[in-house]
Amino acid sequence: MPGPFPSVSVALAGSGGAGVMTAGNMLLEVVAGAGYYGLMTRSSGPQIRGGEAVAMVRAATFPTDGPDDAFHVLAAIDWQNVARFADEIPLGPGSLLVGDPTQGEPPDHFARSGARYAQVPFKALAKAIRGGWPNMVALGLLGGLMGIGREALEAAVTKATRKGGEALEANLAAVRAGLAEAAKLGVSFPLAAPPARSPRWLVTGNEAAGLGALAGGVRFVAAYPITPATELLEWMSPALAKVGGTLVQAEDELASINMILGASYGGVPALTATSGPGLALMTEAIGLGVAAEIPIVVVDVMRTGPSTGIATKTEQADLNIALHGLHGDAPHVVVAPNSLADCCAATQWAVELAETLQVPAIVLSDQYLGQARGVVERPDCRESGPMRLVAPANGAGYRRYTVTPSGVSPMAIPGTPGVTYTADGLEHNERGTPSSLAADHLAQLEKRARKLAGFDCGERWASVEGEGDLAVVTFGSPTAAVREALARAARDGVRARLVSIRLLSPAQPARLARALAGVRRVLVVEQNHSGQFLRYLSSAYQLPGEVESLRRPGPLPFRPGEIHQRLVEWARA
Amino acid sequence: MTGSSRKAKNSRAQEPRRRPASKAREEFMARAYAMERDAAERYTEFADQMEVHNNPEVAKLFRQLAEIEGLHAKQILEEMGWPQMPPPVYALQWEAPEPPETAPVTELHYRMQPWHALALALRNEERAEKFLASVARSPKSPPEVRKLAAEMAEEEREHQRLIREWMARVPPPDPDWSRDPDPPFLGD
Amino acid sequence: MNAPDTAALTPQSFKSDIKPVWCPGCGDFSVLAGITRALAMLGLRPEQVAIVSGIGCSSRIPAYTNCYGFHGVHGRALPAATGLKIARPDLTVLVAGGDGDGYSIGGNHFLHACRRNVDLTYIVMDNHVYGMTKGQPSPTTEPGWSSKLAPGGTGVREFHPLVIALASGANFIARGFSGDPNGCARLIAEAVRHPGFSFVEILSPCVTFRPDQRAWKDLVRPAPVAPTDDPARAARRLMTDDGFNLGVLYKGNRPAYAPAGARRAPLAELAKEFEV
Repeated sequence: MPGPFPSVSVALAGSGGAGVMTAGNMLLEVVAGAGYYGLMTRSSGPQIRGGEAVAMVRAATFPTDGPDDAFHVLAAIDWQNVARFADEIPLGPGSLLVGDPTQGEPPDHFARSGARYAQVPFKALAKAIRGGWPNMVALGLLGGLMGIGREALEAAVTKATRKGGEALEANLAAVRAGLAEAAKLGVSFPLAAPPARSPRWLVTGNEAAGLGALAGGVRFVAAYPITPATELLEWMSPALAKVGGTLVQAEDELASINMILGASYGGVPALTATSGPGLALMTEAIGLGVAAEIPIVVVDVMRTGPSTGIATKTEQADLNIALHGLHGDAPHVVVAPNSLADCCAATQWAVELAETLQVPAIVLSDQYLGQARGVVERPDCRESGPMRLVAPANGAGYRRYTVTPSGVSPMAIPGTPGVTYTADGLEHNERGTPSSLAADHLAQLEKRARKLAGFDCGERWASVEGEGDLAVVTFGSPTAAVREALARAARDGVRARLVSIRLLSPAQPARLARALAGVRRVLVVEQNHSGQFLRYLSSAYQLPGEVESLRRPGPLPFRPGEIHQRLVEWARA
Repeated sequence: MTGSSRKAKNSRAQEPRRRPASKAREEFMARAYAMERDAAERYTEFADQMEVHNNPEVAKLFRQLAEIEGLHAKQILEEMGWPQMPPPVYALQWEAPEPPETAPVTELHYRMQPWHALALALRNEERAEKFLASVARSPKSPPEVRKLAAEMAEEEREHQRLIREWMARVPPPDPDWSRDPDPPFLGD
Repeated sequence: MNAPDTAALTPQSFKSDIKPVWCPGCGDFSVLAGITRALAMLGLRPEQVAIVSGIGCSSRIPAYTNCYGFHGVHGRALPAATGLKIARPDLTVLVAGGDGDGYSIGGNHFLHACRRNVDLTYIVMDNHVYGMTKGQPSPTTEPGWSSKLAPGGTGVREFHPLVIALASGANFIARGFSGDPNGCARLIAEAVRHPGFSFVEILSPCVTFRPDQRAWKDLVRPAPVAPTDDPARAARRLMTDDGFNLGVLYKGNRPAYAPAGARRAPLAELAKEFEV
């Protein structure tokens, strides 16, 4: 048996009441407590309650936000409708299927993978323990298969079982039963020794984005519930209250975007979070933010589209609307976080950019990043401090939209005497008075364009890693798979660069040209059907050498193997 | 409206220096001030509206009327020895929809002619006279206020006469004065 | 009154130097006068007041005042004002607009603003027509009013904004008439003073597209009864109202929307829950 493993991926499936999510989360806590990096993603059927679900947990000795190529273990408390997840849980001949013999055989798809099948009577084992639950037996089994010691498991179970007493005893007993079963299977996937300890967080992308927003200074949020952005809002609601801010649940997205415009006009940094359908509704008012120069941040946790699409699954298909969805010439900022931790940093940066440039900023997260929960290096998250250029009181001859070299002009905050003005979505002159003159329109268009064209975004525009004459250009959640693929390619002696663009708009063609200098082939990786990113790169940038597209619509995530394979083929070609 | 006639007819401007004004007199004069000042402001707005709607002839006329009413308001400040306007509360407590000498905004038309503007001003003077006469008649008014109001009502009658003379000097309105061959334009 | 109070401002000091583009004769001029007079009565200063609007003739009003103004997109004045007021409770926030902006494209926000009861004053200048797009029927247009877009009339019954406001939870409901700017000023001042969401519908004739509305001045009358705080009684009155009763028609006692008080926790405290 091979091993120890630098990375182990396990999946736990079951239908309503099985508690697979609870067990999955606890397993991730176990992984974190034992000193590993890790990640949990989830998938479920369309039912609100009682549906089939799967918790997918990866533990690794290295930081990663992405999935591995295949799962080492798929355990199921029952198999009802678990076949639905076939594409999401790739197995191989070395994999292990674990099922309860009283719940029938594993679905054909999994059985055909060549994975070994082992029977564990989860329900009977749980029943033998007073107050025992099958998911806790499964937790012990999976921990055992990953080679995680009893102490780490028991510590996590103790922490998670807040009630203590009999419930805790039952859970501990069930976990021990699971551990004992694992030992009997004659197969395991022991993790290699954990890396050196470092300060880490266990966080979802949505939570990280919420924290980043607060660190950036956001103190007002208005939003309408939408999958998969809702958790961001649910995390922010109590958090905002703790820092003296407010969250308002709006009647719709039209209201939420206009509410944040109103709040920010009042001087309070403001944010909304939504997904594609909501972003589509918001585009008119985002244009108002551009014209009236009101900073706002819109987090779009992308899901598959068009229309309602697949609400619970990931895709990167809102790129077009985020970049080009506004009517008129409407320069604005689009930022894409490229890891769980970056959801914090990129969202904070988006707030800073919005506030500094007095412009709307869209954060393109996605369902994968937003809902994945991972063990990540603790981000360096410090409060930004105020960044908005504010007009002093009683400035003689105050002109809100005065044309300046940077394009940014001082904004009067309501309450400030002597500098009252009207923020207007109508084209206006420097004072803010509506104007239909060609000269005013041109001057204001150029002012607004200059704000974005002229500012120095520094090194944060992209994650640029590696060297060589091959390059992968991507953005957002596929970055994790690309990064892992590059690491594997490097072990094969294939050198390649990663450019994961964080600042999607305004485009930074000179910076990308430098990052890709000497590159002979570029692979553009994106998760949508039509190649929106490639088309954008082709129009706003000049890519060197031969360009190929690796794209796939959601919901299936990119896995490192497919990118690795492409790189190796290229290197040989 | 006021004219040079007022100063010639009485010498109230010198009075406050000699004796402190009574509370009742102050309140009445503050109200009279508000009436004149509001009339002046409304005429200025009308002049602006006419300018925006490319009717310079009537704009000029409204500006003249605004100037006249403004002078009258200023005169009251001088008479009372007030450095600035009295508290706005006096300016606002009108039972009527508008202060007595203020023309309703609905009486305007973008194609109106000077004759219309003067007819509007005449109606204002008539309303102002009616208001002042009612104060002069009211048993609730103290005698000194009744006397003042009666004098001022008389002045408004004089203004009516002046406006009628003015109207005689401008051409009567064309029969199709409001006609516009073009349809309205589109906005936002 | 020896020393006139120079701190208190006159209505004129709430006007900007921007000349309105409204048609001469438009009722909205009176509403502007009503707003500036009300602000003077309330003893506010221009910088303490924000006027928020959407799109339409009447929505041009913020720039004609010397207050802070927000001229947003069509139909969304109420949400913008809601965000502003919640973020900045120290400001006096007025919302102004027309019947198309408020009842048609912004209809959903109207319901929820009433329901949410944020301390705002919403002034709708209702002329039963879209003026800025040249005379199309609005939600308050009579079903038989003929226009280019709906020759012979829409055949659709009018929206009853006051009834809907009451049913949705507005805390103050009044009707004014632009022919009475002082009356409008008193209504607006009272609306501002009343906590929660105050709705002031002002009949404001359109001289260009609805010259027939000149007749309104003969139809309006003070409401025959005093305002009530009983929603059931107000509902009966408003349901049988012919649309021309002026005055405060309902004054409720619902507490205004109040977000939780300000607390200041350091960021690190929030991040604690993520620590492994």
